Amino acid sequence: MIRVALLVAGKDLRIERHSRVLLWQVLPFGVTALVLCGLALGATHAGHSSAAPGLFYLVMLLVALLMINRAQVIEGSPGTKASVATLGLDPAGVFLGKALALAVELWLTGLVVLAGSVLFLHTALTGTLRAVPSVAVTLAALAAAGTLYGALSGGGQGPATLLPMLSLPAFAPLLIAGERSFSASLHGGSLWRWWLISLVALAAYLALGILLYGVLEES
Amino acid sequence: MDQTSPVVALRDAVVLIGGFPLLSGVDLDLDAGSLTVVTGANGAGKTSLLRLLGGLVTLSSGSGVVSGVDLKSGDLRELRRRVGWLGHEGSFYDDLTAKENLTFAARALGRPTEEIGRVLERVGLTARASTAAKRLSAGQRRRLGLAWLLLRRPETWLLDEPYASLDDEGRTFFDQLIAEVVHVGATVVVSAHDPLRSSTLHPRTLTLAGGLVVGDRS
Repeated sequence: MIRVALLVAGKDLRIERHSRVLLWQVLPFGVTALVLCGLALGATHAGHSSAAPGLFYLVMLLVALLMINRAQVIEGSPGTKASVATLGLDPAGVFLGKALALAVELWLTGLVVLAGSVLFLHTALTGTLRAVPSVAVTLAALAAAGTLYGALSGGGQGPATLLPMLSLPAFAPLLIAGERSFSASLHGGSLWRWWLISLVALAAYLALGILLYGVLEES
Repeated sequence: MDQTSPVVALRDAVVLIGGFPLLSGVDLDLDAGSLTVVTGANGAGKTSLLRLLGGLVTLSSGSGVVSGVDLKSGDLRELRRRVGWLGHEGSFYDDLTAKENLTFAARALGRPTEEIGRVLERVGLTARASTAAKRLSAGQRRRLGLAWLLLRRPETWLLDEPYASLDDEGRTFFDQLIAEVVHVGATVVVSAHDPLRSSTLHPRTLTLAGGLVVGDRS
């Protein structure tokens, strides 16, 4: 399972490196969305208000939806799907690999958007750095849940609104926990309790994905 | 699997997708080492028949056994491991190079990556090894699909309209390769709009219409 996961993750990341969708489309979109959100609040106040962590996760949610769809679309053409199906890859390994690749992409984007929040929203640097571990766990949980819901929504072949409609209820607790944890890093408060919720969600979505991804692929 | 039993045995096979019949009761026996061409108009059920034989769609009613795997109660994942699929839409990752696609397949199959150079040479793509699949011509993409199959060496080859967009040289190359794999005992099923023009291959030709076999000529 781990061998297949590393193989699939390596393949997905190599595809992103070649296509440069992350670099030239997703990152500029994320930074632009962050700046626009900050402007809506008033750039000088956004970082000092309780809105900055929420804005960060709002932007990451939009980025995650784009990347989840993209991760499914690269497997989506009928010919590719059929050929890869004949390789007999372990579905649990495929799920883990796709979730890992998506997590890496979200981590990279998250770092840029965090830097953007320091630069444009004036969030405190030390508090932002303190938030990095909890952000990493929350984004990993988003990646695991997103990979599962990406398959559930038809693997990039379903209606465009299906993925957000299905996944938003599942993402909401993750986003709330991430936002609370980021807020605690910036303004003080119970950081670990929210971080733990994200960690439990990550473990739960990984377990669900390992169990269900094969069934979703078949259906 | 019993060596004397057919590789493919379908009885009144029906495939429904969303209640619409793609195959409406197909009876078919194919032996190991045979070459069969499935012809018919668009929507006749050619691709659906190949997908059924590859375990890529489920049997709605009737019965069927392919490579020893029961299509109703057997493990379709196991069947997929035994077949090779070459689709007319492209059978690989467009953003990866030809070599990267084959490296992925070789690693997934646990095959040594040294074989990649050999199969690329066999299909005449050595010079395009570092070219992204999406930048290959239609004929070169077909050859890359064949290289993927040569790495796999499956028991059953399912080739969905492999001659589309091929020039005469490409057709001759495909014919030679098909003759070789049939000679070593693989079962090959090819879908095509028209009967083969090949002078070297002498396949059994099935004609489909409306999801039914309406012609069978050896």
